Amino acid sequence: MNHPPPVSLAMIYSLFFRIGLFSFGGQLSSWIHREVVLVRGWMTNEEFLSGMALSQILPGVNSTNTAIFVGQRLRGAWGATAAIVAMLTGPFFAVILAAIFYQWIIGWYGIQSIMEGVAAVALGMLARLGISAGRGAAKGLAPALAMLATFIGVGVMRWPMLGVVAVVAPISVLVCYVQGRRHEG
Amino acid sequence: MKDENIYLALVTILAPLSIAAIGGATGIYAPLQHETVELRQWMTSREFIDLFAVSRLAPGPGSMLAPIIGWNVAGFSGALLATVALYLPSSVLCYGAARVWNRYRGKPWHRAIEAGLSPVAAGLIFSGILGLLRLGQTGPLSWFTVVLVAGLLMWRPKLHPLILIGCGALVFFLLHVVGA
Repeated sequence: MNHPPPVSLAMIYSLFFRIGLFSFGGQLSSWIHREVVLVRGWMTNEEFLSGMALSQILPGVNSTNTAIFVGQRLRGAWGATAAIVAMLTGPFFAVILAAIFYQWIIGWYGIQSIMEGVAAVALGMLARLGISAGRGAAKGLAPALAMLATFIGVGVMRWPMLGVVAVVAPISVLVCYVQGRRHEG
Repeated sequence: MKDENIYLALVTILAPLSIAAIGGATGIYAPLQHETVELRQWMTSREFIDLFAVSRLAPGPGSMLAPIIGWNVAGFSGALLATVALYLPSSVLCYGAARVWNRYRGKPWHRAIEAGLSPVAAGLIFSGILGLLRLGQTGPLSWFTVVLVAGLLMWRPKLHPLILIGCGALVFFLLHVVGA
């Protein structure tokens, strides 16, 4: 088993607290990817993406699962707890503030447009993560096909995600396994 | 309304949704509305829609609608309880999966799964973007913004996204003012 990189619980807490507070318009995973993989290098791109896929395959409310995965990988149970509690603290108090003042806020001029703009930028961040993930996938024909098949099945045809993943993922993994063995000789 | 325990009700609505909601955060909206508006009549449909809009103003996951509903029906303790009920079950499940997954790091088959799942993750990310763009009443401006922001971040990876979020809010607001 690899030794996890030396990341303290306090570092995990303060990073995820900021991610929670900054993530206007949602799309937490793109923020986590930026800070954990691109800026700090606590994880490799592939490690993060496979964790993200795992988080999305799991049932239920999964927008916070990536934080659990990263925290667990870095510092086990306490790392996961620090990450999720930190990430929800800011939004929790922000949403209560918003609840107190909501009738006033809702009357703001142009608030709908502002929110639409914020949401579009957050989606752009997610697209940047998608491009970076896609680049990694485009290394070979098989992963490129796996990416395309997932996108067409889930995104374009709107088939159930679990069914599409259940077909595409095993084939993709098997090809990687066979290629890995051949590579090692 | 019957004399029911409101805390117990919050837990029995949200804890199952934590695991059973289909489609992540967006999957909780419809069942939450059904429970809080139609079944229990804690609020009117109008109030629910307002709370939904307000929850999206705050940063964080889209599912922060749950604490705002807890706040509305039972104050601070309601908000806290709603948050724990919604996030704890799914978090425990994910923790278990992550633990098993990370235990086998380094094995050849683990590397194969990691390499094989990455392109699936990429496909899911693009599907999510397409789904969200189709969901909203978003115009071509949103599509254009998504492409522009992704391009800018690829070109200048150090650029802080908060700057872009601020610019996005400003541009959409100004276009609203001039009536575009």
